[in-house]
Amino acid sequence: MLFTLVLLPLLGAIIALIVPDNRLRPLILPVVATAHTVLTILLLGSDRAPSPEGWIWLDPLGQITLLSISLLFIVCAWYAVGYLAYRRERSNRVMCICLLICLSAMTSVTIAQHLGMLWVAVEATTVSMAPLIYFNRNARSIEATWKYLLICSVGIALALLGLLFLAYSTYLAHHEATLLLGQLLATARELNPAWLHAAAIFLLVGFGSKMGLAPLHTWKPDAYGEAPGLVGALLSGGLVNCAFLAIVRVYQVCLASGAEDRFFQQALVGMGLVSMAFAAVFMARQADFKRMLAYSSVEHVGILAIGLGLGRGALFGALFHLINNGLTKGVLFLSSGNIHRSYNNKTTDVVKGALTRLPWSGGLFLAGFIAVTGSPPFSPFISEYAIVSSAFIDGRHLVGALFLVFLAIIFIGMALTVLPMVMGAPPDGLEPTDYRDRLLTVGPPLLLMGVILVMGIWPPPFLVSLLHNGAAMLEVQP
Amino acid sequence: MNAIADQLLVLVMLINLVMLGSSRLIFCIRAVAIQGVILGILPGLIHPFSGHLAAITAGIILAKGVVIPTLIIGAVKKAHIRREVEPYLGFVPTLLLGALFTALSFVFADKLPLAPEHRDLLFVPASIATLLTGFLLLTTRSKAISQVIGYLVLENGIFIFGMLLTEALPTMVEAGALLDLLVGIFVMGIVINHISREFSSIDTSRLRALKEE
Amino acid sequence: MTDIIIHCALTLLFPPLLLGIIGKTKAAFAGRVGAPFLQPYYDLIKLVRKGSVFSETTTWVFRAGPVVTLSATLVAALLIPLGRHAAPVSFNGDLILFAYLFGLARFFTTIAALDTGSSFEGMGAAREVTFSCLAEPTLFIALITLARTSGSLSLSTILTHTTPAGWLATGASMLLLIGALFIILLAENCRIPFDDPTTHLELTMIHEVMVLDHSGPAFGMILYGAALKLFVLGALFANVAIPLATGNALVDWVIFVVTMAALAVAIGVVESVMARLRLVRIPQLLVGSTILAAFSMLLVLR
Repeated sequence: MLFTLVLLPLLGAIIALIVPDNRLRPLILPVVATAHTVLTILLLGSDRAPSPEGWIWLDPLGQITLLSISLLFIVCAWYAVGYLAYRRERSNRVMCICLLICLSAMTSVTIAQHLGMLWVAVEATTVSMAPLIYFNRNARSIEATWKYLLICSVGIALALLGLLFLAYSTYLAHHEATLLLGQLLATARELNPAWLHAAAIFLLVGFGSKMGLAPLHTWKPDAYGEAPGLVGALLSGGLVNCAFLAIVRVYQVCLASGAEDRFFQQALVGMGLVSMAFAAVFMARQADFKRMLAYSSVEHVGILAIGLGLGRGALFGALFHLINNGLTKGVLFLSSGNIHRSYNNKTTDVVKGALTRLPWSGGLFLAGFIAVTGSPPFSPFISEYAIVSSAFIDGRHLVGALFLVFLAIIFIGMALTVLPMVMGAPPDGLEPTDYRDRLLTVGPPLLLMGVILVMGIWPPPFLVSLLHNGAAMLEVQP
Repeated sequence: MNAIADQLLVLVMLINLVMLGSSRLIFCIRAVAIQGVILGILPGLIHPFSGHLAAITAGIILAKGVVIPTLIIGAVKKAHIRREVEPYLGFVPTLLLGALFTALSFVFADKLPLAPEHRDLLFVPASIATLLTGFLLLTTRSKAISQVIGYLVLENGIFIFGMLLTEALPTMVEAGALLDLLVGIFVMGIVINHISREFSSIDTSRLRALKEE
Repeated sequence: MTDIIIHCALTLLFPPLLLGIIGKTKAAFAGRVGAPFLQPYYDLIKLVRKGSVFSETTTWVFRAGPVVTLSATLVAALLIPLGRHAAPVSFNGDLILFAYLFGLARFFTTIAALDTGSSFEGMGAAREVTFSCLAEPTLFIALITLARTSGSLSLSTILTHTTPAGWLATGASMLLLIGALFIILLAENCRIPFDDPTTHLELTMIHEVMVLDHSGPAFGMILYGAALKLFVLGALFANVAIPLATGNALVDWVIFVVTMAALAVAIGVVESVMARLRLVRIPQLLVGSTILAAFSMLLVLR
């Protein structure tokens, strides 16, 4: 079943390679995505044992990540059909193939229990996303692609070095190097602390640059700004989640090693706060709304890192936020893609009065903004509240206070950009474009918004128990 | 066998320095290819023979020694470039920095808590030195191709460390890593081609449209 | 005693022959017959028989230049062991004296060049000093490395210490060292690819341009000194690179002479197959040789 989940998108990619028709090809995406989501939901209920050698296992943490990825992808897949209908002039073969390969790689990340395999899968997501950022074929997008490719590749290479360091610490402990998560966790207490430390640093830097934690986030605004909205959604909701899962795996090992100084946790909190600070600074007066979304993504990976670093009660919040952030970003990027298409511009000088020009997309963008800044009744409110309340309960007052201050600044900064965009009247003399809100370009993000709303008002019990199971895996074992 | 491995590692480090000092792109690419081939030979010298080992050797030599250099040379030919004209930092300063980094990596490796059987081998210092050389190439060169070469050298450095631990990376993972690298370089090659078409140059210092105002 | 006599005799008589061998090798590569092996000797004799012309603007410094240069090189020749035989003069720390005797020689060559007041010679002096600045660290690092492996500070011990067995044990570092020393050998003696001793264009010269104003016996001394320097540094290189010893003193002398001749052929081959480097590339190569030597030292110190 798990193999089906990985192989299905690859099969779809092969079909996309064969299908010659530009009009038919995008239809493969929703078909594969729907099958993927159905399989994922079926898998969530079942509690399967790990594969005999311990390489593959969909544990609760993997399930949470897989669920968020699958939900986001199905929405993006349906949206892609509508979006690509506007881009008939350009072959979408590479786009379809890379999207499907990326889905397969992301799925592999969630089921991998061997850290080497996890690394290969994360690297595969990096490479498969690069051609998508370059979909628009202009000077700016190629610059973004180059920066993305180089920074992420180097980052991931450093993560590989970190993994090797980790393996070396097991080699020193019992003369047999391994990267299987099960064995690592079982023997974590015997690992050489110096090498474990070094490994943790390199892994944090490596996967952190993939995730976009400040100060390793520099590629993010460029890539998100120049990629099509749909790719931006998958970058910020899919790849970020995969990289976060990789960091969670490292977290598990560090936790099991019983290190007294809680070094990795502190580093996560520190980098998280720095990310939020960077986002707060650069979000204010951001003229390009797609770049603004990128900084919002930097902010939210910061929140994720802080939640993970704080531990205890915040873990539930962090894992829930993983889903919420991915889905909310999906809404924002997809609706911003629509607005971009309609105005043929992505600076706030031109884009004004989106609610009038595009009632649906503009409304969705506004709702997404309200959700992403952590306002009730949407689900990010719950997860952010869980994190910040846990910070205060655990006596980390400074962290909690900074967290709230940054959230407030970011809310104001983002509102200053978003509100003029959606409110008011569209400027005169705007060139008419062929974009109109249609079912396929508005329906998917609308559905996603609905999911966020439902999760905010009444989180489904199965999800809550899944999140608790996941959080339990990250608690300190007595 | 260890003595031969050490000599080869010295050669790897020399190639690092040669690359830092050379201004000819094709020459650098050849050098990185030779480095890749040496990397392929190395595991066979320090580990007993096995099917896994043979697969690794063949894979590394094929990928790093043949396919990747061919891909990059193809990209160079398409973009019509011969020389690395203007590095951000001159060749002699980078060369000296490279030598300094190599020396430091020896000092650093000495301080690491290594297993006794790895203590006398050059693997760890060579790995760190190669890694740092890769970084140096990445940061001081402005041509996109040179940066790709820097990335490759960096990867080579990581591979050298990985050779101490082949059992941690089973053939599948190793193959996956090589495949990722290969595809990554392939994509970079395509991107370079587009950069040269779009900007009529592959000087990445021209890539500066995207920044905060 | 016999060894000392042979040492002195070889030092005095052999060097010009090296130039002859190099010339012959180059001629063979170019498909010419070339000048006879003994041509450098004829040249020297011719120069000694000539009279000297001294410019009125020069001072005693100009006349002292060739004399001091030659005598410094001669003293250096006494410090270096030839083949497997200890040098006539040796004491602890003589390697520093050895290195600075060349420094002294160079100093006098350059100030003699500056003394003429010619712009060409000033330019040559500037180049010479710049390049030797870069070459000197290599020589020192190489000597330190050798001193470390042999555990001695005297050239005689250092250079006779290397044996084929010891060579194999420290293979990598010795190879690096030999590479560095060969580069230095070429650079210090103004051979291609650093400088072309046969060039006719002042602008591209380095060493030759400094001695343009010397004539007659003084010029002979300079030529002879250059040959001697090649001989001394070549002996240093040969001692490190080819540490063959049979134990029989006479056979060892023969081996040494053959080695030196082979070295001259090797230099001739290099000069035939390589072009002179552009001036801007020379520092790069010299720094490269320093790095090679430093690397070798690193491996030895480890």
